[in-house]
Amino acid sequence: MELIVFTITAIIALVGAIAMLLSKNAIHSALFLLLNMVAISVLYLLLRAPFLFAVQLIVYAGAIMVLFLFVVMLLGAERAEDDDDKNKWQQPLAIVLGLLLLAEAVYVFFASGSTPAPVQGNDNFAAPVAIGELLFSSYLLPFEVTSVLLLAAVVGVVVLHQRERS
Amino acid sequence: MVPTSYFVLLSAALFIIGVLGVVVRRNALVVFMSVELMLNAANLALVAFAQRWASANGQIIVFFVITVAAAEVAVGLALLVAIFRNKRTTDIDEISTLKG
Repeated sequence: MELIVFTITAIIALVGAIAMLLSKNAIHSALFLLLNMVAISVLYLLLRAPFLFAVQLIVYAGAIMVLFLFVVMLLGAERAEDDDDKNKWQQPLAIVLGLLLLAEAVYVFFASGSTPAPVQGNDNFAAPVAIGELLFSSYLLPFEVTSVLLLAAVVGVVVLHQRERS
Repeated sequence: MVPTSYFVLLSAALFIIGVLGVVVRRNALVVFMSVELMLNAANLALVAFAQRWASANGQIIVFFVITVAAAEVAVGLALLVAIFRNKRTTDIDEISTLKG
């Protein structure tokens, strides 16, 4: 049963990613990436990570992708890229190398021996309570440092948007 | 239970699609979105291994990765808007002023 849900969600994630890659319109790309993010959050739920399921939806799908959409619409960047590609040899080479890398990954997947199955009983090892306890005990320093990081990001964004005073 | 290697294979495939997006596309915003896709692929691998070993540490790391990615997106998009104000284009091939 879990395998069926995983297969459907994985196909949706892959379709979203490939469609993001191939879309001519940047807004379509952003919306396909949004679909991909939601599929990944469902995969987190399959992986017994309810807290990350919520965080992914709120932060990635709900804030980061919305920010992307705002900027795409602000810059008017949804126009298709012009056809005068100065480095025409890059696209075929990139696709060939990408497929080579994918073939390598698939080979490693099939060649490695059977990995032992995950431990069956532990479904609650990452309940939000456990995450909270870890976050405020072992990971307290990174937690406080990220607050400084976010402050730096906010200040940086404001500084970057200042206009020159003439 | 879905085997962990399935999740890791999916993560590898998504990562490769992200790399292709960064290399092939010329719209700066789509390049940036492909970088986010790569980050998500790595997060998926981390959470898969966290479930494999029933350890919440992998998920805490993903929590911090998501936070740092959010800060990076904010600053990166501000940079893109500032560049666009000067160059009026989002084509990364046009941003070649430093080219010798």
